[in-house]
This record gives sequence, C-alpha cells and structure tokens, in this order.
Amino acid sequence: MQTDYKNRERLRRAAWIAFLILPPLAIMLTFVVWPLLAALSSAFYRWDGMARGDFVGLKNFADVLVGDHFAALTWRAFRHNLFVFFALFVVQNSVGFLLAWFIYREPFGFRFHRVAIFMPVILSTVLVGFLWKLFLDPNFGLINQSLDMIGLGSWRQPWLGQETTALPALVLANAWHWVGFPALVYLAGMQRIPREILEAAKLDGCNGWQMLTRVVWPLVTPSTTITLTLLFIGAFNWFELPYIMAGLDGSPYGSTDVLGLYFYRTAFGNQSAGLQDFGHGNALAVLMFLFIAVVATVMTQYLRKREIAL
Amino acid sequence: MTSHAATTDPLFPRSSAGSLIAAALLIGNTVLMLYPIVIMVFSAFKTTAEIFDAPFALPDFTYVENFARIWGETSLPGYFVNSVVITGTSILLTLILGTMGAYGLARYSFPGNSAIFMFFLAGLMLPLKLAVIPLFLQMRDFGLLDTRLGLILIYTAMGLPSTIFIMTGFLRTLPVELEEAARIDGASEPRIMFSIMLPLSIPPMVIAAIQNAVPTWNDFFFPLVFIQTDARKTLPQGLSVFMGEYTTDWGMLFAGLTIAALPLTIVYILMSRQFIRGMTAGAVK
Repeated sequence: MQTDYKNRERLRRAAWIAFLILPPLAIMLTFVVWPLLAALSSAFYRWDGMARGDFVGLKNFADVLVGDHFAALTWRAFRHNLFVFFALFVVQNSVGFLLAWFIYREPFGFRFHRVAIFMPVILSTVLVGFLWKLFLDPNFGLINQSLDMIGLGSWRQPWLGQETTALPALVLANAWHWVGFPALVYLAGMQRIPREILEAAKLDGCNGWQMLTRVVWPLVTPSTTITLTLLFIGAFNWFELPYIMAGLDGSPYGSTDVLGLYFYRTAFGNQSAGLQDFGHGNALAVLMFLFIAVVATVMTQYLRKREIAL
Repeated sequence: MTSHAATTDPLFPRSSAGSLIAAALLIGNTVLMLYPIVIMVFSAFKTTAEIFDAPFALPDFTYVENFARIWGETSLPGYFVNSVVITGTSILLTLILGTMGAYGLARYSFPGNSAIFMFFLAGLMLPLKLAVIPLFLQMRDFGLLDTRLGLILIYTAMGLPSTIFIMTGFLRTLPVELEEAARIDGASEPRIMFSIMLPLSIPPMVIAAIQNAVPTWNDFFFPLVFIQTDARKTLPQGLSVFMGEYTTDWGMLFAGLTIAALPLTIVYILMSRQFIRGMTAGAVK
C-alpha cells in the first residue's frame, strides 16, 4: 500500500513536470530546431523553385563560394558585411562606450540623456530606414537642406545615390538607431565597478582620460564581450535597413549589397528575376550560420579570458 | 555617513572641466537623437510644399489634414490592429508557455533538467531568419502561409528562450521554504505554483514581455516572407506599402511615420526604466 501510494505520487509529479515542460519544448522543436536542421539538409539537394530535386552533395555550397555567377556576388556582399561590422564598431559601439562614460560621470541632466539616447532603439527598423531615406533625399532631404542653411551648400551629395557614400550613410543611420544599446550595456558594466577602484586611481593622479582607458576599459570587458558579439551577429544578419533604404538589389549598382539581401534575393527572387532558388539560398544560409556561429564562439571565448573578476 | 565621500569629495565634481565637457557632449548627442524625431512630428503637420520650402519651421499644429486622410483613405488603421493582435497574442502565449517551462526547470530536479535548460539557452543565439526557407515550406504544409496565426506561432517560439532564461533565473531565487510550508498544509503542486509563486513573479514577467514585445511589434522580416494579403499585414510591413503609395506626398509620409512611432514612444516615455531594463536584460548581469 505504502509503495503504491508513493508510486502514484511519483507518477503524478512526473506528469505535472511533463505538463509544464513539454508544451514549450514542442513549440521550440517545431518552429526553431526543425527548420534549422531542415535548412542544413536541404542545402544538399537541387531545387526547382519550391520543389526538391536530386541529392547533389556539396554542389550548392561550391557554387556560392567559387562558382561562376554566384561567387563574385557572395564575396562582394561578404566584404560589405565586414565593412559594416568594423564601421559600426567605431561609430556605434565605441561611441556608445564614450557616451556611457559621460553618463556615468553623472553631469547635469544625465538622467534625461539616458532616456533620450535609448529612444531610437525602440523604433522599428522600417520606420528608421524610411525616416533617414527622406532625410537623405538629394533635393529636399533634411541633411542637404541643413548644409544649405549653414552655408555648406557645396557639400550637398546624393547620399544614397552614389556608390561612395551609400553604404557609409546606411551605417550612420544604423548607428543613430542603435547607439543607445551598447551605451546602456556599458553604463551598467561601469556601475558594477567598485567605487574604491576609481577613487584609488584618482588619488594616484590619474586624469579622466587615463582612468577611462587604463582602468574602466579593461574592467568593462564583460560588456565588450556581449556588445561585440551582438554587433557581429547583427552586422552579418543585416537585412532590414538596407532592404528599406537601398532596395533588394543593394542600390546603387550593388554598392550596398550584403549577405542578407543576397540570401533573400537568391531564395525568394526579386522583382526583376522572380525566380526562387531554395538550394543555393539554403547553402548561403548554412554558410552564414556556420560563419557567425564559429566566429562568435571564438570571439566570446577570447574575450571571456580577458575579463577580470570584480 | 555612507555618502560623505560623495558629498565632500565627489569623484567627478560637476563643475570640473571634464564634467562640463561630458555634459556638453551629451547635450549634443541628445539633440542628434531627438532632432530627427522632432522634425518627423513637425513635418506631419505640414503640407508637402511647406516641408520643401521651410523644413525647419514650426508647423501650424491645427493642420491635421494628413492624419485625417490616413484615418479615412489608407489601410494603416487596419495594419495597426493586426500588429496589436499578433504582438499581444504571441506575448501572452510566450509568457504562459515560458513561465510553465521555467517553473518546471527552476523548481524541480529531474533527469535531463540542465540539458533542457541548455537547449533553451542555445535558442537565444540562433538566428531563425536563416532558417526561413524551411520555415516557409513548413508553414505551407501546415496551411499557415499568409495567416496571422503562423506569425503568432513563430514569434511565440522566438520569445521562449529569453522568457525561460529570465523567468528561470528569477524563480530559482525564491526560497524553498515558501513551497514547503504550503506543501505541509496540503497544497497541490499547481496550487503552490499559481497562488504562491506566480504572484511574486510579476516584475520579471514584465521584463520578459518588454524584451519580446518590442522586436515582435517592430519585426518586418517574417511578415515580408509570410504575409501577402493586404488585410493581414502588420504595421511595419504596411508602412512599407504605404510609403510606396504616397512617395511624393511627404506630408502624408511623415504623418504615417509619426503614427507608426507614436504607440511605443508613448509607452517608452511612461515606462523608460522598465523598457531599458527589459531590452538590455540578458546583456546586463
């Protein structure tokens, strides 16, 4: 009788735990894990539009990496992604770090600035993209109108219409949108540094700049780990902002074409071609996924080693 | 006593040169952050000709023709309703399922517990966008292409890892004595969960809800792939349709952008602390 009761209790407990765990697990398996695995396996097949054809091994991968009409576009897009990553590291993450330091010093009005810097972060990329597209308009955009107003009319540029300025303009719009995120992550990191360390540095005669570069920067490495990893993932998944501001073909003349756009175009086709190619699309997706996963992991491990326990 | 160091010899006195420079640069940055938003709102109250001729001038705020036209002749109100329904439902589902999973993982030990937790954690880093082709085929097979339910299920799945991460972290900190006392009184496991533990868990639920609601509300990618019918489009997707329709009518464009920005901006101004905590949760220890 006693064991019977115990068994029943144990069963009831197991059923209760299963009731709690299984539904979220099932949703994750169906809508996240299964599609990712399917992307991997279907990259090994030839596809006619949306219908799966024969097994072709590594052919799709070879096509997009070294094949005739795919590879050149792949590597051009890859170089643009690299540029975006390094440029955003400077104008978004590094600027965010400096702004965090200014807020951390708690000058007059710092609470207001903290709310203001995060405001664009909550807006949608579609909205930010269209807003800046209007501002960068060659004739009536805010930027060129401002240049006129302060007497720099000769600096007017068709910012999004020429190859030299289009990608940098997109990077700056992205930085405007997101700079608040690294700033507030860094601010939280700075606030975890024990006050005594900074006081000791000040007693030892550190000026503000030395304190920032030699004391604060090494001590906020955990924040660098997270912001740099997220920036890397974001830069190589970049899609919505260039799609809105430069179009699916990365105008002008592909100067803003990045892997995200190229992947979408290959998979779902664009207005001009309209062809779907799920095989090469999946191969691109798998390669992007592997690249992001490997580099992000190595980067995280390397930065973790440099973190100093406080 | 505790703050005497800060009052007699603050680390960064506000009148020091460094603090004045910091304040000046912060003001410059804040202008840079808010000015585009201000110009957007100003332009929404102007005619296109006024925007072109006097882009910086204060508008006549009684001129609401652009907004009236958006209400009367465009589909933006419908897109807005779709976004509310899709975001609301998926956040509700994420919270229910995520809290269930987190409760099971945080309060019971059983074989496989940490493996399942790691499995959910891995989901935090997976870029589901790259699996969009198989997801597309799957949605087609389920008959969920071009439906709001399809989007709701995808967003629910995408929200689960962070919700489970946040809720498990919190639920683990609740003392065991709480549930043991109730168990001795003969309370059942569901009763312990619903009437003792969950009422204490509202604050982390708000954090988890904000963390997922903002990217879901703002998402453009999945509607772009999955939704074709105009009546089912979400606000960001609908906004791109709208921007294409009124290309030359800048007054309408800025009014549309203003309306799209309004709801989240108002909630953000009212709850900026929770928003900042929610959106940086996970990135901040």
